[in-house]
Parts: sequence; C-alpha cells; structure tokens
Amino acid sequence: MHTLTVKDVRIDDTFAEAFGMRATAVIITADSLRWARQAALTMTGFATSVIGCGCEAGIDGELTVTQTPDRRPGVRVLLFAVSTAELQKQLQTRVAQCVLTSLGSACYAGLEGEETLRLGNALRYFGDGWQISKRFGGKHYWRIPVMDGEFVCEATTGLTKQAVGGGNLLIMGRTAQTTLAAAEAATAAIAKMPDVITPFPGGIVRSGSKVGSKYKGVPASTNHAYCPTLRGAVATALDPDAACVLEIVIDGLTSEAVAAAMGAGIAAVTELGPDRGAVRIGAGNYGGKLGPHHYHLRELLP
Amino acid sequence: MKPLVLTLRERPDQRLDLAPLVPHRLAGMAAAEIERIELQTTRSRLALADIFRLRMGDATHVRIEASCDRLDRVGYEMAGGEIVVEGDIGMRAGRLMTDGRLTVHGNVGPWAASGMKGGTVEIFGDAGDHLGGPSPGEIAGMRGGVVLVRGRVGERAGDRMRRGTIVVEGIAGAYAGSRMIAGTLVVVGRTGPLPGYLMRRGTIMLGEGSDCLSPTFIDCGVHDLVAARLMAGFIGKHSARAAEILNRPLRRFAGDMAALGKGEIFARP
Repeated sequence: MHTLTVKDVRIDDTFAEAFGMRATAVIITADSLRWARQAALTMTGFATSVIGCGCEAGIDGELTVTQTPDRRPGVRVLLFAVSTAELQKQLQTRVAQCVLTSLGSACYAGLEGEETLRLGNALRYFGDGWQISKRFGGKHYWRIPVMDGEFVCEATTGLTKQAVGGGNLLIMGRTAQTTLAAAEAATAAIAKMPDVITPFPGGIVRSGSKVGSKYKGVPASTNHAYCPTLRGAVATALDPDAACVLEIVIDGLTSEAVAAAMGAGIAAVTELGPDRGAVRIGAGNYGGKLGPHHYHLRELLP
Repeated sequence: MKPLVLTLRERPDQRLDLAPLVPHRLAGMAAAEIERIELQTTRSRLALADIFRLRMGDATHVRIEASCDRLDRVGYEMAGGEIVVEGDIGMRAGRLMTDGRLTVHGNVGPWAASGMKGGTVEIFGDAGDHLGGPSPGEIAGMRGGVVLVRGRVGERAGDRMRRGTIVVEGIAGAYAGSRMIAGTLVVVGRTGPLPGYLMRRGTIMLGEGSDCLSPTFIDCGVHDLVAARLMAGFIGKHSARAAEILNRPLRRFAGDMAALGKGEIFARP
C-alpha cells in the first residue's frame, strides 16, 4: 500500500473515515487566562469518546481580550455528540458543574446557528429567583448571583449539524520516543487550526480500536493489527520498522476544517522526518461503508 | 441614493401630525400623492405641500429640514429606513417604532420613543418628560431598541420601561426610571430626586449620582461586575462617556423595596 513518500516518510494510500455529528461551541472567560483554561479543562475532562463519555469535547483555542464579549481572556470550547438531545444534556451538565462553579467565570455562545441549545436559559434556575435577565445588542444574557459576585451566561448557543467526528491519523515510528515526537508535532499543528479539537488526552490516543470483539456485548476492542507486540501472532498492518503507533482523532465543526487539520498534522509529521519522528502515516477506516466522510491522505499531502 | 427631503416653509399655526411620513408608508408613492397627505390636527386642513417643500428621493431615507417643535409623532410606528431631522420636533417622536433609525439634530418634546419596540433613536439636543414612557393607560413603556440623548432629559425618563436601553449623556429630571419593569437606563450626568421610584426590575446607572436616593434602595456594596463590562462593550458603540462609567467598580443599590425590589441602581462608590 505504501505508494507515497514525502520527505522519506511513507504515507499509506488510504483514507480516514468519519461520521456526521452534532456540535456546539461556547466561549469561557475569566479574570485570567489561567482560570478560563481551568474551567475549560474541567468541562472537557472525561470527554474523549462518545462511546463512553456521552460527548467529545476540547479546547479549540485561546481568545485575547479583544476577541471575547466581556473583554477578558478566554478560551473557545467545542462539544460534539451523536444527537441534539445528548448534546444539550452534556452541555448543560458540564457548564453547570464545571464552568458555573469555576471562580470568576462567564460563559457565552461560541457558535452562531439557526438552531440553538439552551445555555443560560437552563442554568438560570440556580439563581433561585435572584437571576437577572439582560438583553442588549441582539444578545440575551443571564446574571446569576454566586458567592464571588455574578455568573454571566448567554441564554443560548448555536448548534451545527454539519460537524464531523472521527477524522484521524495513525502515526508509526521506530521507537516510542520518536513516535511521540511526531504525534506531539502533529497535535501542536492541529491545535493552531480553527474549528477543530483533538479530544483524547494531550490530543493523542494509544489505544486505537476496531469495531466488535470476541466477547459478547463488547462494542469495540483493541485494534490488534496495529499492536506492535502482536506482530508475529496476528495478521499485522505494521511494517518491520514500526515499534509504536499513536493515533490522532480530530473532530471539526465542518468537513473542511477536519481536512485542513489532517493536512496540517501530516505536514508537521513529514517535516520532522523518519529519524526524529515517524516512518509512516496511515489512517483508520471501516472499508468506507460506515461513515459518509472520507479523507484520502494523498489529497492532503503538503 | 438621494434622500427624500421635506423642508418646512414656516412655523405652522397648529400642531401637525407627521405620523404618515415614515419610510414604509411613503414607499412607492409619487410626489403628487405625498404632497396631498393631510397633516392637520385641527379642523383647518393642511396638506403636506402647504407646509413643506418636497424634494423627491429614496423614501427609505427621509430628511426633515428647518423643523420646529410643532411637528408631532415624527417616526410613528417606523418599521425601517431612516429619518433625519434638522431642528427641534414636538411630542411622541419615534413612538411605537419597531426598527430603523431616527436622528434628531435638535430638541424633542415629551414622550419621545414612547412604547418603542426596536430600532435606534438618537437625539442630539434635549428630550422632554416621559422619554420612552407609556401613553396614559398603557401597561409598559419602552419595550426594546436603543435611545441615545446627547443632551438633558425631563422627568420620568424610562417610565415603566420593560426592555431596551436608554443612554442620557446630560442630566435627568426627577423620577428617572420610575416604575421600571426591566431594561437599562444610563444617565451620565446627575439625576434629579428619586431615581428608580417604584421600579420592579431593571438597571439604572448613575454617572454623577442623584439629588436624593429613596431610602427604599438598599446598599449592596461596591462591585466590579462582568455584566457591567459586557454592557460597556455594547454601550461603548453608542456613547464612550456612558461606557466609561460602566468600566469601573460601582456601588449597587437594590430596590425599590417599596415595590418588587429586584431592580438595581449603580452609582459611583
């Protein structure tokens, strides 16, 4: 399959297969970037995969004081789920438990959309009658009294049905250290791209999965074809020079954003070269029958 | 696009009702039709051509030149477009307006922006009593939109206001924000006695304080609120002086405890 080579890094002539998702975005601000990030990190914790967490979430980027509604430092958080109802539930509980509770925080819509999700409209009841509604500039905000002052929260945020989840890159290297260097270079490049997140810890997954299992009732299990320790025992997908595989999963608000992020990731890995980084880049798919979005690596090369 | 210009020939003998002269009602009318519009408020009939010199143009942009304080209900139920007035106008300017922009380079009479629902009213001179207030018998006054007064306002500005924003850069008379149901009133200058009299909800910002604050407002201490900064970002587009007030810590008074008591007055600490 290794028909492509860029800067001595082999690139599989294959594609990543991704799925349509519902997504939303919020902007979290605080008196300092440290506390805006803290609220966002707490809110996006345990949100790596819709299979076990209900949603996939992450920080899209940091916002300067000129980019936020209240002119304080902030971050933009993206949330992805498989249904509007689940997305609403996850948004509501996560903002209520992780942002409302974080000191000095405020929460605003991070996405314009014809359809909306309840944000402050759902949280205002915490005010127990002392909440204050404010409308200006075409926006609706709720002010909820809390112990350090007020929690300001926009009434609603936008919803998109054009989002894509599951764009991915498989990064294979000669050692764990060089593979990690390549994966970190890719996540750093993807972090700069707008409208995408990499929901796994540090943006990197080491336990890529396949659909199904030998055990009844287990929906997904280890992707044995990419496990280096099983290379001799199973029909492996690994080359002799690969000792470690790390995956980067990308969720984006649009298909174009996912494609651009994958391209940025590939460029960063190939830039590093096979000695300091990865020897080969692949992508995960299910034969093209499950997901409507196909990202062919050959079309994303730098 | 050239505006449609109406130049007042001379001060009329009677008060005139300019309600028909809003962009959406003038749209598609020929010059001859516009000149026949009757504007009298007494038994003595007056057509537009008797009072104004008409220069035809795009009706979405109406200019009234050499105006005087006998012209009432300018911008009545205005639903879009723009009206610019050079000179003073009478009462009920911009009443029940839903969208568009009314700019007055002069003073306006009482009940300006009365019951307004949307759009923007900007007054470079002074405004009379009951700015944004309800007509007698109406439950709510202003219900949306933005009113900017660069000069002074009379008594009861924002009376029974329910939503929207009023910014007064000059001073305000007695009972500013009386009986407010909700909404925001910012007075950059000093206000007369008893601002927020019997207000239920809503926010009043006092740039220079008040002659006498009702004892039914309770001091809640000095706070630096995110909501004030958020509002400053919005109001700053219209009035830099008003935004300056909001961008610093303010003392919050809750009231009016003689009514529901969920309103607030912010003043300098």
